[in-house]
Amino acid sequence: MELSAKHHEYWRRNLVITAVLMVIWFVVTFVEGWYARELNNFSFLGFPLGFYMSAQGSLIVYVVIIWFYARYMNKLDIEYSVDEGEEK
Amino acid sequence: MSEVAFSQRSFNTQLKRYYSVYTGGFIGFVILLAIAEQMGLSRAYIGYAFLFATIGLYAMIGIMSRTVEVAEYYVAGRRVPAFFNGMATGADWMSAASFIGMAGTLYISGFDGLAFVMGWTGGYVLVALFLAPYLRKFGQFTIPDFLGARYGGNIARTIGIVGAIIASFVYVVAQIYGVGIITSKFTGLAFGTGVFVGLAGILVCSFLGGMRAVTWTQVAQYVILIIAYLTPVVWLGVKHTGIPIPQFAYGQTLQKVTELEKKITADPKEQEVRGILKARADAATAALKDPDKGFAQGRTDAEKRLADLKASGAPEPKISAAQKALTEYPTDVEAWKAAATKDKGLAARAAPPRPHATPFPGKDEAAQDIARRNFLGIVFCMMFGTAALPHILMRYYTTPNVREARKSVFWSLFFIFLLYFTAPCLAVLAKFDVYSNLVGSSFAELPAWAAAWRVVDPTLLSIVDLNADGIVQLAEIVLGGDIIVLATPEIAGLPYVVSGLVAAGGLAAALSTADGLLLTIANALSHDLYYKMIDPSASTKRRVSVSKALLLVVALIAATTAAQKPGSILFLVGAAFSIAASTFFSALVLGVFWKRANKWGAIAGMIGGLGLCLYYMIHTYPQFIIWFGTTKMDLWWGIQPISAAVFGAPFGMLVLIIVSLLTPAPDKQVQEFVEHVRYPYLAGDTVETMAR
Repeated sequence: MELSAKHHEYWRRNLVITAVLMVIWFVVTFVEGWYARELNNFSFLGFPLGFYMSAQGSLIVYVVIIWFYARYMNKLDIEYSVDEGEEK
Repeated sequence: MSEVAFSQRSFNTQLKRYYSVYTGGFIGFVILLAIAEQMGLSRAYIGYAFLFATIGLYAMIGIMSRTVEVAEYYVAGRRVPAFFNGMATGADWMSAASFIGMAGTLYISGFDGLAFVMGWTGGYVLVALFLAPYLRKFGQFTIPDFLGARYGGNIARTIGIVGAIIASFVYVVAQIYGVGIITSKFTGLAFGTGVFVGLAGILVCSFLGGMRAVTWTQVAQYVILIIAYLTPVVWLGVKHTGIPIPQFAYGQTLQKVTELEKKITADPKEQEVRGILKARADAATAALKDPDKGFAQGRTDAEKRLADLKASGAPEPKISAAQKALTEYPTDVEAWKAAATKDKGLAARAAPPRPHATPFPGKDEAAQDIARRNFLGIVFCMMFGTAALPHILMRYYTTPNVREARKSVFWSLFFIFLLYFTAPCLAVLAKFDVYSNLVGSSFAELPAWAAAWRVVDPTLLSIVDLNADGIVQLAEIVLGGDIIVLATPEIAGLPYVVSGLVAAGGLAAALSTADGLLLTIANALSHDLYYKMIDPSASTKRRVSVSKALLLVVALIAATTAAQKPGSILFLVGAAFSIAASTFFSALVLGVFWKRANKWGAIAGMIGGLGLCLYYMIHTYPQFIIWFGTTKMDLWWGIQPISAAVFGAPFGMLVLIIVSLLTPAPDKQVQEFVEHVRYPYLAGDTVETMAR
């Protein structure tokens, strides 16, 4: 079928949220990893910060990113009427 | 799991009831065994009880879920709710390497081991954002299916089959190997027998019911493995931090470990032992330059030492040690060379303890930079490999719809997170125990767990009083990583039944991953190769039978390979990730996000990525160099062979883009296919993509 302007907007908004979440992912993964030594000069909950982030902090951020994406997109589907209908 | 009066919601409720009862039943079973242990049930029987009860249980689920229907066999009928698909993915994902090996790796490598923790969780962000919802909308059966549909034709599909089989086979060999180790360790069966007993456990479920049986078994296996992992850690946490959620409180323990590291580094007795080790390593290095002379000289020296000690009236233990050294002296030059090479390796132990919390330790700035590069390299490969391993991606075909697929990635990572954020905590708690209780204890009164494991398995724990002072120094301890998880119940002072539980958990982890992998291989062969390419008119019943027969053959080949004990398991697993990342990631993701990507681009990109990855590995990994007879080349920018995808994946993507742009754009049908995949619902959607 031909896609409407609404469909294109849905896809664009999907790309935007994907890009934003990827930036966060990149920062807590590679930027954090690169500067782990420097981050270790700070302390958090009794941990050196660099260690804490790699062992736990970044992982929590990953879980939250995926949770947020699922919620955001499932709402966006309904808003743009591309959802799969009522739950059976 | 009944077929009658099916509705998704009541199905969900029913599942929750089943698995709650099941979990309660399992905990009851453990408590019963604990009581029986107090009443005198022997350890061997506890081991057997766990082994046969759990495998029997998986077999029962397998038999209950047996099926010959195609959609049931390949994708569990596409009605696995997000929550349960999350658990199944968790079990599918967490292998023997995660369950048993991870905490040990973290114990030994400290911060640098966290690359695996980050990589194996962060990869799910890529799965969630780039793959799961789109693959679910596509809604076929395998990953080569997607490549075949998107890139028109059998060439892309064939490369998909080859990539899926190489990556999954390397990985499944590692799992079956793990199964063999656990079964033999806890029941006393021989390793080879253990492999085949474990194999039976794997086959009863995937063979009879395909994806459907594997899914429901994996949920059951997740429950066992997470209970088994958390129980001893919580106990140990209460012992050291006083808090039952030690994952949030071990920062204090980490500080104490850092203090102890400094103390151990400065301790004169420790320095003495490190000096002894260094002297032996140096002597071996020097002697190895002329083996014949070194061999003869060593013998003379040992004789002389014994004579000197006797003459000077040295204490008895020293004399008998020297006597032993002489009787055990190698009988020929070859044996001597092997022993001397081993001694040369002692140099590593002569170094002060590795600071646990410090990232990228190294002797100078250049070494530290290489360590950092490799850390990020491993993170990269594990993440992109996660988002490209067919046995994981396949799981997202099994949810009822796109919405559930998205949610189920969240549940997957949540359930995986529970184990992965516990492993670093376990490593620190165990290290604290070793540094504070084992180090400094006298050889006459070792902590009970150390005394026991030292006898049970010297490869996992050996302690030798090198400076003969009767006190344990850290440098005198050699510890195999796997012991951390296996011995935790004893370190925490728990009854043996918890050790049995941990073994059952490790077995569940290895079996569930092996199941998922075997199914992936068998499906690639039966569905993609046989049905789609060789005999498209095959009846559904025949397709399932072919798949089952192939599953059996592949399982036997994998078990035979595993029984040969093929080298480093961690490397094999890492290699599977690098291979998957280099081959699939770009073709799958650009297939959805870039309409211009075409057949020739994808074919060239996948071959280029896989080719470069394999090329790098077989020219840099020592064992491969021997196998394939290649010439060794220098590492590129110091990147280890396990991270070959650092080069393979971007190169594959680049090739895909360039070749796509140089060749004609894909036709209208492909454009429509991409649009179809991008939107969870489009008015033109065919029924075909819904549950079939």
